[in-house]
Amino acid sequence: MLVRFWGTRGSLPAPLGRRAVRAKLREALTAAAGRSFATPEELDRFIDGLPFDVGGTYGGNSSCVEIANVGDEYVLCDLGTGVREFGVRMMQERGPQRPACYNVFLSHVHWDHIMGFPFWPSAYIPGNTIRIHGCHKTMREALERQQSDPCFPVDFRNLGAQIEFVELEPERGYEIAGLTVTAMLQNHYGDSYGYRFERDGKVMVYSTDCEHKFQTLDESYPFVPFYRDADLLVFDAMYSLADSISVREDWGHSSNMVAVELAQMARVKHLVLFHHEPMYDDRTIETVLGETRRYEEISRAGMPLTVSSAYDGLEIAL
Amino acid sequence: MEIGEQASGGITILRPVGRIDNDTSAEFQDKLLSRLGGGSVLIDFTAVEFISSAGLAALMTAAKQAKTSSRRVAVAALGSVVQEIFAISRFSRVVPVFASAAEGIAALQ
Repeated sequence: MLVRFWGTRGSLPAPLGRRAVRAKLREALTAAAGRSFATPEELDRFIDGLPFDVGGTYGGNSSCVEIANVGDEYVLCDLGTGVREFGVRMMQERGPQRPACYNVFLSHVHWDHIMGFPFWPSAYIPGNTIRIHGCHKTMREALERQQSDPCFPVDFRNLGAQIEFVELEPERGYEIAGLTVTAMLQNHYGDSYGYRFERDGKVMVYSTDCEHKFQTLDESYPFVPFYRDADLLVFDAMYSLADSISVREDWGHSSNMVAVELAQMARVKHLVLFHHEPMYDDRTIETVLGETRRYEEISRAGMPLTVSSAYDGLEIAL
Repeated sequence: MEIGEQASGGITILRPVGRIDNDTSAEFQDKLLSRLGGGSVLIDFTAVEFISSAGLAALMTAAKQAKTSSRRVAVAALGSVVQEIFAISRFSRVVPVFASAAEGIAALQ
C-alpha cells in the first residue's frame, strides 16, 4: 500500500503567493552565502538540505489522497482540487486511450472536498468508470449542482466517463478494490465520515473534518477502536487546541494535541497532520509540526509515535 | 487528585498536584467551577507536572464561565513542561499567565 497526498489544505485552496516565494528565495540565497555549485546535482543537494518550509512547500490544493498499489483499480479519498493533478498524472502515465476504474471515498460533500471533480480529466474520457462511495444520500446532488449552469460550462450529465454512486452504511465492512473498507460517522456540520482501509495486515485511516469531543479519553470513545493499531492515521488537525474549543468550537475540526492523544491511545504507528488551515503559511505549518512532535514526546507513555505533516506530493509506503 | 486551596483577598488560590489528565480533569474542573462561583480564581501550577487536552478543556470551561460572571481565571508558576504545553496549545493567549503566584494574586485583586 502506498499513500500519496495530492491535496492537503483545509476549507479552501491556498496557493503560494509572490511574497512567500520571495521570502523563500531570500532565505535560500542567504543560506548559500555566496557558494557556487559546480553541478545541478550539487545544487539539488543544497536545496534538499534547506528546511522544508524554505526549500519546499506544503502546497495549497484541497483534500485528495490516493491509496495506490492495491490492485488494478485506483482508490482516492475525496475530490478536492488535488484530484486535478492526480488526473493529469494519470493522463501522462496511462494516456487517454486506456480506460480505468476509479474508486472514490467521499468524507462528505462540503465544497472543498468535491471542488476538484469538474477539473478531473478522467471524468471526461469515455470508457473510464468512476465509482463514488460514501454515506451521504446527497452525493450525486452535490456533484451535479456544483457542475451546472451558470456555475460551470460542462453539465455533469455530459461527462464522458461512467459515473456511479455507491451508498455505504457506516460501521459495516466492505470489500472494494482490494481493500476492506469501514466508514465511521464523524462530528461535523452535515455529518462527515472517516474511512478505515485494510489490506494484507496494513491499516490506513482517513479521518478528516471531524471535531472530537470527549469528557475523558478512553476505550469507550468510538474513535479509539476505529483508529486501533493503524499504520497510518490521516487526521484533521486544522486548529490549535485553544481555538478548537473557543472561537472555533463547533466548526467541525480538531487540533494537533487531540490528534496525538487519540493516536497514542489507539497505538497508531504514524500520525499525519492534515487539512491545514488555509491562513497558515509554510513556516507556521512547520512550527506546528515541531510542536506536535514535542507534545508527543512529553505525553508519551508507550511506544514512540511518528508524526508528520502532510504536503501535496508526500508519499508514504506501508 | 490533591488540590490545595487558600483564600486571599477575595481570591481563591488552587494548588493542584501531579498530572491534570483524563483521570483527574473532571475533579479539577468541578473544584475550579465551584470556587469560581465565589469569586476570581488563581491556579498555582507549581506542583503540576503535566496537563493534557482534557485538563486544558476544563480550564477553558472555567474561563468561559468567568467571562459571563465578571470574574477572572488566571494561572501562575508554570513549570517548564507545562509552559511548553501552554505554548503548543496556544492557551497562553486565552488565559492570563503569571510568573509567580504572588504576581497573579496582585493582578487579580
